[in-house]
Amino acid sequence: MTARSIAMTIDQVAVRFGGLVAISDMSFTVGEGEIVSLIGPNGAGKTTAFNVMTGFLTPSAGRVTYRNTALAGLKPHEIADLGLIRTFQRTSVFPNDTVYDNLLIGLHRQGRVRLIDAILGFPGARASERGLRQRASELLEWVGLERRAHDAAGSLSYGEQRLVGVALALAAEPSMLLLDEPVSGMNASETHRFVELIRSIRDRGITILLVEHDMPMVMTVSDRIVVLNYGRIIAEGTPDVIRNDPAVIEAYLGHGAGRA
Amino acid sequence: MRAIITILAVAALASVPLWLRDPYLLNALITTGIFVIGAMSLNLLLGFTGQLSLGHIAFFGIGAYVSALTSLGFDIGLPGGFRLVHAPWPPIAGFVLAILIAGLCGYFVGLLSFRVRGAYFVIVTISFAEVVRLVALNWVELTQGPLALTNIPSIALPLPGIGELTLRTKMQNYYLVLVVALIAYLLIARLVHSHFGRSMRGLMENETLAVSVGIDVTRTLTIAAVISAAIAGAAGSLYAHYIRIIDPEVFAFINTVTMVIMVISGGKGSLTGPVVGGLIFGLLPVALRPVMAPEAQWIAYGGVLIAILFVLPRGIVPSLAQRFTRRRSGATALAPVALAETAAKEPA
Repeated sequence: MTARSIAMTIDQVAVRFGGLVAISDMSFTVGEGEIVSLIGPNGAGKTTAFNVMTGFLTPSAGRVTYRNTALAGLKPHEIADLGLIRTFQRTSVFPNDTVYDNLLIGLHRQGRVRLIDAILGFPGARASERGLRQRASELLEWVGLERRAHDAAGSLSYGEQRLVGVALALAAEPSMLLLDEPVSGMNASETHRFVELIRSIRDRGITILLVEHDMPMVMTVSDRIVVLNYGRIIAEGTPDVIRNDPAVIEAYLGHGAGRA
Repeated sequence: MRAIITILAVAALASVPLWLRDPYLLNALITTGIFVIGAMSLNLLLGFTGQLSLGHIAFFGIGAYVSALTSLGFDIGLPGGFRLVHAPWPPIAGFVLAILIAGLCGYFVGLLSFRVRGAYFVIVTISFAEVVRLVALNWVELTQGPLALTNIPSIALPLPGIGELTLRTKMQNYYLVLVVALIAYLLIARLVHSHFGRSMRGLMENETLAVSVGIDVTRTLTIAAVISAAIAGAAGSLYAHYIRIIDPEVFAFINTVTMVIMVISGGKGSLTGPVVGGLIFGLLPVALRPVMAPEAQWIAYGGVLIAILFVLPRGIVPSLAQRFTRRRSGATALAPVALAETAAKEPA
């Protein structure tokens, strides 16, 4: 892990909403090709951290750097152009479009042809369109949603919608993927398959930062875990270290259990 | 199947002047066609990006005035004692300029309002239309104000080697409007089905998610506004050269409302919706004229609109399309497949 080059640096980031401190003085790094999980009890600031990293929220202090580019002042779509793509806890699909069309929208970054070419139907634009359709089919197969390709995304089960959300993010060709509670709403076997998917994503060289509540899943999949509580990092390390960290046990199970 | 319907519809529309000899009805069809083009352009914004332009007639009116002034010429005083003199150009140049300048106005309105969107866009467009109307009313030296611009020349098509064809008859103008409408329809269809159209749809359905996959909101909406305004400008130009007289009343709010009604009743977000809605509400005055006073007709429009939306809440075209597909697939394999899928999922 020490030999890995650093993909993302979060440096002394703080977020305050008026008097409420959502995150205070958060610093950690994510290495290239690493799977890092950000965990913590509800309200610990995990999603807030995600919003800062993807430009949906401006931090009150500190800075986030991705592959040597400071993200301060960049709009979310510009950050997406750096290859930093996220998924969402709740609104993860375009509900009225088919799953297939969802992916075509997600392939926006690959499909940029000149508007005039698209309107006049020039060969370049048509070839690009064929390429996109091909890629959308591949992605559907990768996440295992081929059977659902022509159903409206909004009609899918909650777990399947999460998968569409991930496929959408993959369509944007990320170099780093931020997954916000991807397995919530999935049953055990769906979660198991999802862990396999995360590994296969990483095997293609995509760095992964995960926010998740499902502890067994986090312990299985992560290279490293960062634990937040009340907006502060209370522990950081490999799953084994985290499992036995007294501060973590206390945060999750309460004071008495920590000593037991 | 789809292609056959399209060809039949176009052929039917193209055949109208061959059997319809009544000049009053033909006139109604031409003005309706012009407003259908306006409604299609409005639908590009309202139906495919979800942004309501309540000043859409401004782009139409700007197109009309630009085209009229280009072909009539003008002579106005500028601050500092200068004069700006423009000799009359051929109407076809006015048509092109109308498209360009209306599009430019769309760009500025979009740039101003799309950073905030929603209600702000509605208000900015209403204000814009009102400001433009006041300019047209009060800049008498340029626009003749309420006295109207008159004697606007008809469109003349340059025919290489032969000279030019001035479109004076109703039949000629009918075909001109039909051709421009078809081009506008094709342009919007291509746009909507391109990757750009998908960006617009993504933004309308889930903006946060669209942004997260790299779609630039401001840019996408501004481009849509430019193209929408440019098409409205083309319609305005056709209007000026067909009616041959325009006054500031062209900017009246009621004209925007008419276009909105056409889009909503026909079905926003559907390519053929504005055409269907436009034909209904464009020709309704013709049907009602023998039985109702013009003032009472507005009440009838309201009644018809409410009736349509009560029976077909998403507008005529989308609602009927939905019923049609449901009926076709309803009785067949759908139910068993759905059952089999849930059954297959249970043990997992």
